[in-house]
Amino acid sequence: MMGFIWFWLVAVMIVGYVVLDGFDLGVGVLHLFLVRTEAERRATLASIGPVWDGNEVWLLAGGGTLYFAFPLLYASAFSGFYLPLMIVLWLLILRGISIELRNHIDVGVWRALLDGVFGLASALLTIFFGAALANVLRGVPLNADGYFFLPLWTNWQPGLHPGILDWYTVIGGLVALVALTLHGALWLTIKTSGDLAQRARRMVTPLWLALAALTVVSLAATIAVRPVSLNNYFNYPFTFVVPLGVIASMAGIWLLNRNAQPVKAFLSSCLYLFFMLAGACWGLYPTLLPATTGADRDITLTRAISGPHTLAVGLVWWGFGMVLAIGYIVFVYAKFRGKVDLRADGH
Amino acid sequence: MTAELIHRLHFAFTITFHYLFPQLTMGLALLIVVLKSVALKTGSEQWDRAARFWGRIFAINFVFGVVTGIPMEFEFGTNWARFARLSGGVIGQPLAMEGVFSFFLESAFLGLFLYGEKRISKLMHWFSAVMVFVGSWVSGFFIIVTDAWMQHPVAYDRLPNGQFEVLSFWQLLLNPWGLLQYAHNMTGAVITGSFVMAAVGAFYLLEGQREQYARIFLKVGVIAGLVASILIIFPTGDLHGKFVARNQPAAIAGMEGLFHSEAGAGLVLMGQPNEETGQIDNPIVVNDALSFLIYGTTKAEVKGLDQIPRDQWPTALPLLFYAYHIMAGLGTWFVLLMIVSAFLLWRKQLFTARWALWALLLSFPLPYIANTAGWMTAELGRQPWLIYGLMRTSEGYSNTVSASNGLFTLLGFMGLYALLGLLFTVLIYREISSGPEPKNTPVEPMRVAGQ
Repeated sequence: MMGFIWFWLVAVMIVGYVVLDGFDLGVGVLHLFLVRTEAERRATLASIGPVWDGNEVWLLAGGGTLYFAFPLLYASAFSGFYLPLMIVLWLLILRGISIELRNHIDVGVWRALLDGVFGLASALLTIFFGAALANVLRGVPLNADGYFFLPLWTNWQPGLHPGILDWYTVIGGLVALVALTLHGALWLTIKTSGDLAQRARRMVTPLWLALAALTVVSLAATIAVRPVSLNNYFNYPFTFVVPLGVIASMAGIWLLNRNAQPVKAFLSSCLYLFFMLAGACWGLYPTLLPATTGADRDITLTRAISGPHTLAVGLVWWGFGMVLAIGYIVFVYAKFRGKVDLRADGH
Repeated sequence: MTAELIHRLHFAFTITFHYLFPQLTMGLALLIVVLKSVALKTGSEQWDRAARFWGRIFAINFVFGVVTGIPMEFEFGTNWARFARLSGGVIGQPLAMEGVFSFFLESAFLGLFLYGEKRISKLMHWFSAVMVFVGSWVSGFFIIVTDAWMQHPVAYDRLPNGQFEVLSFWQLLLNPWGLLQYAHNMTGAVITGSFVMAAVGAFYLLEGQREQYARIFLKVGVIAGLVASILIIFPTGDLHGKFVARNQPAAIAGMEGLFHSEAGAGLVLMGQPNEETGQIDNPIVVNDALSFLIYGTTKAEVKGLDQIPRDQWPTALPLLFYAYHIMAGLGTWFVLLMIVSAFLLWRKQLFTARWALWALLLSFPLPYIANTAGWMTAELGRQPWLIYGLMRTSEGYSNTVSASNGLFTLLGFMGLYALLGLLFTVLIYREISSGPEPKNTPVEPMRVAGQ
């Protein structure tokens, strides 16, 4: 029971991270080719300025939660994905520094460089996160102790000894890139005005078409790479509501954006991300990290779960803390609601 | 180089660089609350501008602290997987709590403090500053709790699979080691904050500019600096030292360079520990002082390294000895400097005493060195243990990550952090040059639709 609860709590943290940091990553990708003037760029970046580092906290809090609830998974996955994680860290560092620095520097060339770094780091991060999730879904070559070490790539085939990147995980990376760029475009239609908002809104159509195609391809690829992903769905047929949710939320994005209801379209995109991630988690459950080296080496819930007292204690403070945290988050988003106003904000 | 050494250096390097930023933000957060409180009480626009100026310095430090802090949580898993696997049930807890209780709070209110001043009331803006302070100090607390458990494990049990499990949540949080270290460490952060603030004030006065702000900075910096410099030695340092002596005799023997157990042990002020001959070369010693400091009597026997099995000696003995002596020596200088400066402030002579202003300006790097040396003392003193008495460092690193992969990413971090250090210096230099007075930053017109 504890295992079931903590599995979904960690999943909630991941969803929280993807939904929130997702739009500022998407804005990072988009701003490179959407923005035409310095004022537009400032408005674009100001739309995420007060919130991006709070959004990134979800990654840290999620990582910490994973660490104490499933120490074996944390230890195995983090050391096994050593190289890509270090690259992710470097990208997170470059991204955070570049957005912050451009507020302090008024030389055009440097600003252009920082904007480029910010955009490129954002794009690479979305691809890495998508590929990371695909790696977990595909499985890794776990040894008898529950450890592994993956090279960046091998023969690009998901087999017994895959690399971080193969054709399957590249699809995962592309899904994340397109989904989050779309998410960011919807955010910009809410937060900016005028021409910029119009252009952001027009971006939605091509991104939506690409995402629809990639979603279908990635679902088919997942079933091909790990057919047992479907077991839970067939055992509990009502859970097919999750893929239905994916379809419904995709439709919602399309229709609501066309009817100029940007807030609702953005919320649909949040739901899309939620259903995609929930669907992936449900496909895994109760496995946490499948082994390509044989199902008996899978890292499962029961193998990875922390001691009972740790989890009971954790449930109390986690619940209390997250209620507080959601309180601050709602408060801050409410304070900064509405369109970006460059004259009112700044430091 | 062995994988163990690389993974140790990896963590040590990244955390040492990281801690340069939080020690300032934690100290400054308190001082910004002081500035904002005076501004709120007196309605002084000058104190408000001073608070905004330090808010900008804070923000730069905060971002560097955040981006260099993320790797720290990851490295438990990436570089110390075997340790993470066994310890997650205990120390994963405070690490996750840091995110849940502190980072959400801190980032939310910092956004409001920096970007939202015109959207909220004065009182609410003051409250945001207080919340940023609370968030940063709560964050420090959870990190200290994590370290304290590795230094002095409490309230744990072992499951059949070898994993540690926490038995009492409150005992874990109220670990006596943690409380003492927290008091000592936060005082150290206030020293960094107040020395930096005083140094900027001294710089402006020496340059003959922005005198009204310089006086605010010096006043707040020197008073806070004096209080913190005294507290860092007594009672926080004194109590913490006594607790270490009783619980980690090998650490204290290494810090003090005490090779032989002695009644009436002397305090070595300077010297070079020689591991081969088992003595201090060229020592300057105060007789009986060590026994007195630890046990309150000059007669007490202090355990030396000779009573400790060789395989439990701190592994980098000379480094431990030097780190501790550098920290203690600088602590003495902080008290002297701040007593003199506070005296001059009281006599209304500080603002014209150029020699004192120079001393304050040049002393700003020293708290960074002292805080770093203090942490090296704590962590090197714990060696060869990763969890004191329970798990050796050699049993904790990720043995699936080879030495050369570790070296590659260590070098990557070194290069990246060199770049960050450079950028940081430029940014801070620009903030200090442009000063606290209001700037007419041009804002491009931007059509704003109704909310």
